[in-house]
Amino acid sequence: MTEAQPILEVKNLKQYFKVSRKFTVKAVDGISFKIMPGQTYGLVGESGSGKSTTGRSIIRLYKPTDGEVIFNGKNISGKMSKEELKLLRTKMQMIFQDPMACLNPRRKVMDIIAEGLDIHHEYSSQAEREQKVYDMLELVGLSKEHANRYPHQFSGGQRQRIGIARALVMRPELVIADEAISALDVSIQAQVVNLMKKIQKKTNTAYLFIAHDLSMVKYISDHIGVLHLGHLVETGTTDEIFNNPIHPYTKSLLSAIPEPNPRVEKYRKSASYDYKTSGIDYHKGTEHLVDGTHYVLATDEEFKEWTKK
Amino acid sequence: MTEMQALQEMKFQPKDFEFAHESQELEKDEVMPARSAWKDSVSLFARNKGAVIGIVCIALITIFAIVAPMLSDWKYDAIDTSLQNIAPGAQHWFGTDNYGRDLWVRLWQGTRISLFVAVAAIFIDVVIGVTYGMISGYFGGKVDSVMQRIQEVINSIPTLVILTILLMVMKSSLFTIILALSFTEWIGMSRITRAQVLKTKEEEFVLASRTLGAGSFFIIFKEILPNIYSQMIIMVMMSIPNAIFYEAYLSFVGLGLPIPEASLGTLINDGFNTLTIYPFQMIIPVVVFSILMLSFNLVGDGLRDALDPTMKEM
Amino acid sequence: MKENRERILKIRDLNISFKTTGGKVHAVRGVNLDLYKGETIAIVGGSGSGKSVTTKAVMGLLANNGSIDSGSIEYHWNDEYTGEPKTVDICQLSEKELQSEIRGRKIAMVFQDPMTSLNPTMTIGKQIMEPMMYHYKKSKQEAYAKALELLELVGITDAKKRMKNYPHQLSGGMRQRIVIAIALSCDPYVLICDEPTTALDVTIQAKILELIQDIQKKKELSVIYITHDLGVVAKVADYVNVMYAGKIVETGTIDEIFYDPRHPYTWGLLSSMPDLDTDDDELYTIPGTPPNLAHEVKGDAFAPRNEFALNIDLREDPPMFKVPDSDSHQVASWLMHPNAPKVDMPEALRKRLDKMKQKGEPNHDGSTTHLGS
Repeated sequence: MTEAQPILEVKNLKQYFKVSRKFTVKAVDGISFKIMPGQTYGLVGESGSGKSTTGRSIIRLYKPTDGEVIFNGKNISGKMSKEELKLLRTKMQMIFQDPMACLNPRRKVMDIIAEGLDIHHEYSSQAEREQKVYDMLELVGLSKEHANRYPHQFSGGQRQRIGIARALVMRPELVIADEAISALDVSIQAQVVNLMKKIQKKTNTAYLFIAHDLSMVKYISDHIGVLHLGHLVETGTTDEIFNNPIHPYTKSLLSAIPEPNPRVEKYRKSASYDYKTSGIDYHKGTEHLVDGTHYVLATDEEFKEWTKK
Repeated sequence: MTEMQALQEMKFQPKDFEFAHESQELEKDEVMPARSAWKDSVSLFARNKGAVIGIVCIALITIFAIVAPMLSDWKYDAIDTSLQNIAPGAQHWFGTDNYGRDLWVRLWQGTRISLFVAVAAIFIDVVIGVTYGMISGYFGGKVDSVMQRIQEVINSIPTLVILTILLMVMKSSLFTIILALSFTEWIGMSRITRAQVLKTKEEEFVLASRTLGAGSFFIIFKEILPNIYSQMIIMVMMSIPNAIFYEAYLSFVGLGLPIPEASLGTLINDGFNTLTIYPFQMIIPVVVFSILMLSFNLVGDGLRDALDPTMKEM
Repeated sequence: MKENRERILKIRDLNISFKTTGGKVHAVRGVNLDLYKGETIAIVGGSGSGKSVTTKAVMGLLANNGSIDSGSIEYHWNDEYTGEPKTVDICQLSEKELQSEIRGRKIAMVFQDPMTSLNPTMTIGKQIMEPMMYHYKKSKQEAYAKALELLELVGITDAKKRMKNYPHQLSGGMRQRIVIAIALSCDPYVLICDEPTTALDVTIQAKILELIQDIQKKKELSVIYITHDLGVVAKVADYVNVMYAGKIVETGTIDEIFYDPRHPYTWGLLSSMPDLDTDDDELYTIPGTPPNLAHEVKGDAFAPRNEFALNIDLREDPPMFKVPDSDSHQVASWLMHPNAPKVDMPEALRKRLDKMKQKGEPNHDGSTTHLGS
């Protein structure tokens, strides 16, 4: 088997924000991972862990402070040529968190979905533009008639599907889903997740799925990265992470997942983890290979201690 | 257990307990009734009595201001010393002034000028203010800092000082007054615009546009502007009475329009001189002036409630 | 369950509507609910199902355009001095009586977002002391002592120092603890938690729930949880009410709802949440979207999305049917009628519930199955 090229490779990405002259927030502090074509990488972490920032740095809503982002073989972390910029803006797309805020309330669904096409002039006639939008609407389970409505006439789940259609109309190779389902009801979440999976099968799009809900992440992802305080503390395939978590933070995160099973849930106590008192310093840690693609951030001593059974 | 009884007494139809549909027809999506935000705003506005009265008054006054001077036999600047200070009557509906000019015509001519000055000044304000605020808010960073400092400097000079100096240096004319008014009023407009832009540009739909590669031009005109124009309209409605007031004030202190032009301010000023002898000469323009001011404020309030309902339902 | 349960809240046939520009929205349509002392009920449902509105009505906190069209919310208690039982209908109380008697004092509420329910300009000490001084006319010293006690109760270390902090100086989990302390400051009998953990991180969620449970035991509180998260429900509830389109469609004990659900909507709800063992190719979902309650609902509101809908569902709203062999389990579905065809829950769900049941058997390692704590 020949080694496939990753669609996205992030190398030592850093994203700092200067708040004042003396104070800099290190939102993302040197993380590395790759995503293969057609696969889903789940990035989990609590609020303030830098997971949304990571997504936004990759798609260049922010300018990365340091590190490399290699998309489709091209480095897009620095100054981009016109072609590279176009590649980034068409082949990498994003789905946003808030179904209320992610669609312009003053534009019709037709124009919202066709926005990318308009910007990059990807149609030769008005009929072609319409057809492309109708195809997308159908793909996400809405109908033609919905094209002439305004966003406020749709429910949260429907709006999220319109957001997906807007991203997919560009035929992207990577879609960053930033907490794309957290604002939705459980039953609607399932609709959206099913839709995303269905589309992935059809189009071989890769996903960077950013979320804090681990049960959904487990369900949808092939690989998982656990982010804490701007550091990627553990990464590996979904099975590796869930069956053999090494890092104490990952363990506490997994133990906190609520299960819809009263008899288990009633007696369970979750493990606690406090970075300040744990004695772990993320800056001192280096990547240690556990096995396969499973890496953990640790110092040599920590790694020995954690992997000791 | 009345419910159970009711259940037993209930008549069932023969097919009641058969499945109602094939599972295919389930996958349909319902959307909320088609009702645009625009229609919502109109109905909200129409329900506000004060605002409706306000808009009717403004419409009436505007129509009179346009039509009345054209239809009347008298001219607003025709001096006829034989007709001095006639009280309101059948011939001269609002009487005449010290120079024998018909006050009915003069009043509507004055209103016309006042409205024109206000609207023109506000139009210039909007163009300058919105552009300035938009650039400052959207591009941010150093551009924003510099533009804000400039604005603060201009704003720190009292309006009246600027107005007075301007009117002293230049010859007082319609153009000068409009310029003078525009010069100070745009700052408020640019501030509001900047604040709105700062808020809107962080919204997810704007970020979405950026990830699609939209240029600044596209984002400003297609994404941001349509979402802040309601604030602009409200601001305009609130500024017009302000401009009318300033114009009247300038005329009143004698810095306004040259004789024999009329505006609400000059009329009030002229009437004021003869207030004790011929009160009607001042009272009539004051009444029209007040109604106009009040109406614009009412409409502005109504628009604010209709376009920007902060009280969300449920 | 226990004998001699003491009923504290009794809601009967509650109907609530809102006047909106789009017409009259019938948000709650005939809700019946009972809450007993020391017990926990959960109201589960999607957004717009009326679960929040119901509890807001209990607190007398409906928005201005909302009104209670019919029904009663009876609150039962024993007088503090004489000990004689008393009853009051919250729907009939004036705003003043609600403020002085019910809100905060007998029924307290914990909201979703701790940042918005705290006053950013006041120290947290003052915020905890204020309701006590208002409701019970406590002196400052007494209130201070009680506040310290409460902070310790909600697991805040260094309470004295924290009293002087402002909300923004605390973390999200800490803030929610403060909100709970404030809710408890007037010794309420009922605590309503409206999505108390959705705004918090996973690791803190469990801690907050455990805290509420702890306090509940100590103080014999009755708690109502409003949530769409079945994990939360599984952890805390004794009884579960499933709401859909303003109606309770299924009610029962936690075991009945989780291991023997009868309503197709509950099936859908349980199926659509992946647990950690789910590896089906596709998650089960309920097709379509919830109905718009601004329109008259004819028959069963769930029928258009229900693959098991019967013809009668399109015509008549089903009443609450009792599930045989249970006092507590009731289902609003015509499928429960003796004449209805027998419909079993989807096979995949059946298997999953069986597996869950097994996993939860007492002989199983009690703590957690997939990970040691």
